[in-house]
Amino acid sequence: MVPKSNEYMALHREKILTPSFWVLLTFTVIGFYCIGLRYVMGIGAVSNLSDGFPWGIWIAYDVATGTALACGGYALAIVIYIMNGWKYHPLIRSAIVTSLFGYALAGFSVMVDLGRYWNAYSFFIPSRWQVNSVMFEVAVCVMAYNVVLAIELLPAILERFVHSTNPRFPKLKEFARKIYPKLDKVLIFFIILGITLPTMHQSSLGSMMIIAGSKLNPIWQTGFLPILFLINAMYIGYSVIIFESTLSSVAFGRPFEKEVRIIAKVIPYLTAAWLIIRFADLYYRGHLSTAFSGDYYSKMFLAETLLIAGGAYMLTWKHFRMSPRWVFVSAVMLCVGGSWYRFSVYIIGFNPDKGWAYFPSLPEFFITLGLVAFEILGYMVLVKMFPIMPNLEGHKKSA
Amino acid sequence: MKKTRREFIKLAALGGAGIAAAPLAAEASAPIAAHEDAVGMLYDATLCVGCKACVASCKNVNDMDAAPAPNDADRLWDAPEDLDYRTRNIIKLYKDGEGDFSYVKYQCMHCIKPSCVSACPVAAMQQEPGRGIVFYDKDICIGCRYCQVACPFNIPKFEWPKAFPKIVKCDLCKFTNLKEKGIPACCEVCPTKAVIYGKREFLLAEAKKRLAEHPEKYQKEIYGEFEVGGTNVIYIAGESFDNLGFRELEFDSNAAFSENIQHTIYKGFVAPVALYGFLAFVALKNRKNHGHGHGHDAKHEGKDGSEK
Ligand code: SF4
Ligand code: SF4
Ligand code: SF4
Repeated sequence: MVPKSNEYMALHREKILTPSFWVLLTFTVIGFYCIGLRYVMGIGAVSNLSDGFPWGIWIAYDVATGTALACGGYALAIVIYIMNGWKYHPLIRSAIVTSLFGYALAGFSVMVDLGRYWNAYSFFIPSRWQVNSVMFEVAVCVMAYNVVLAIELLPAILERFVHSTNPRFPKLKEFARKIYPKLDKVLIFFIILGITLPTMHQSSLGSMMIIAGSKLNPIWQTGFLPILFLINAMYIGYSVIIFESTLSSVAFGRPFEKEVRIIAKVIPYLTAAWLIIRFADLYYRGHLSTAFSGDYYSKMFLAETLLIAGGAYMLTWKHFRMSPRWVFVSAVMLCVGGSWYRFSVYIIGFNPDKGWAYFPSLPEFFITLGLVAFEILGYMVLVKMFPIMPNLEGHKKSA
Repeated sequence: MKKTRREFIKLAALGGAGIAAAPLAAEASAPIAAHEDAVGMLYDATLCVGCKACVASCKNVNDMDAAPAPNDADRLWDAPEDLDYRTRNIIKLYKDGEGDFSYVKYQCMHCIKPSCVSACPVAAMQQEPGRGIVFYDKDICIGCRYCQVACPFNIPKFEWPKAFPKIVKCDLCKFTNLKEKGIPACCEVCPTKAVIYGKREFLLAEAKKRLAEHPEKYQKEIYGEFEVGGTNVIYIAGESFDNLGFRELEFDSNAAFSENIQHTIYKGFVAPVALYGFLAFVALKNRKNHGHGHGHDAKHEGKDGSEK
């Protein structure tokens, strides 16, 4: 059945070429210029990476942290389809779009980071698969998830064509009309895949550093990295939804999504479970004293832990949960703290041996910044072209 | 729908416990043992005179570029400071104020259970069955550098300044000297036999013999006998291994631990499939209870979205 019009999703009708568009475009251009340099002159010419620190912010931020920040679609899907807190959430499409852009960013960065990118097709040659490798699992899973996200987004694109009043593409309209109901029937199976895959690769992103052994500081090195990364991805995902919906309500003048408060209620449980595992593990391995020794690593540990625990603690109070401002503040704290934890595992807590150090170079920053700007740019254009954002009218009715 | 939700939380906790328990299950795995045909090298630091013949011949035989000193205007002199993409093998000197000194040779340790091989997503880093030589195939490598992150000795090196880089590491001359003459270049040219080639079994026995004959000359431990599950290249020395630049390492193999965790979670792909099946079951049940409620045509009911 093809909907006559979408009651809940709306095009965000506004000019595309705004000032922020040009700012983002500038960063994108600078970023792509640096990427060009990297391909012509080698990774060493643009980065501070070394044989001791072979991975920098392109992996630690764009892949390990960026995909967690892109877990909004994952986290929301769990609530909607599995926990069934409510049947349908107006935020799901924008969450899926940000997930798609976040994961595409990760994929893009990997292609910048890979030294021998022309061999990347190795992943599609079964005789070269190395299934013991955690990275193999992550790579395959992330690629599959990108495809799933694109499929999940397809209805929005199709709707645009179904309701198209432009007579120039009658074939396209006809095609969209035909394919839409079919897609609609099987979509649920892709949505479930869209929950399974992140569960797998988010935990594997944690497993990835286990093999580094004592090169990773004992405060972070543990066999519990997979479960810690999984739960971490979930509360970051929920926090990002709060963050996004608050921003979009401010930027687009939409009312504050009250469903956000329910998400705000879930976060403390997840965080509490995470903190319990974190501390029990430190205690069990006898590194609680290392974590509180007061040295550089310990300070990093305290910072990330305080941000996470503080942000979650605020949400346990109804008083804070009812205030959009405080919910926003705690969501930011959780995002920053949660990301900080990931950075610690990939860079801050990593010490290959005496004599190695790493701080990203300017072009490294510009490449990451450029890719993020490109991602936001794409998001802004997309929501203005396809029905992604919650429909203000439909939304008001339900509020 | 409170019931499904509770069910879900229960099962999620169970699944989470599964992932969480993996490290505990993984710890109880069998120890690693070298293959009886495993080959390696024994380096005796007390015999090394620091002539660097091994460095020169390694470069020659394996066709490596020179690494000129920074102030060498003619770029004629090979003066590598450390292992890098032009240098698979290096001799360094440790010297303290009181006249104690010792040379030390660095190259790949050829771990019995190599982390670099376990990490590599595309099997570009490989271990030869039997002899246990760890070698690299640039035609498969994607340049992800996970092998560098994984190696406890920071051995694999990357060609940072090149637009089309590869990984570089000692492969026991598998494709060069060992193939042609049956002995790695560095061992062939060593004038004092400070570094010798052979089966690990033999080398270990030889090392133990030397320690027993001259306990006053040597440190008690044989580096590489147990480190990270054991390495096929082993060391004996008069100076402490810490002074010679070897980190104190765990005796368990990180590679084995990591693989055990992955295998516990992904054994036969049962867990992911079960997870998918379960999620699909719950989601379909929810949909049925709600009518066709997963998409654009759902009735958006305010009460569902309010706090329970
Ligand atoms: S020393 Fe490093 S490079 Fe050599 S086999 Fe062991 S893990 Fe691999
Ligand atoms: S850099 Fe090459 S050899 Fe090393 S892990 Fe990646 S693909 Fe394997
Ligand atoms: S075994 Fe061969 S490649 Fe390795 S250090 Fe010796 S000469 Fe170099």
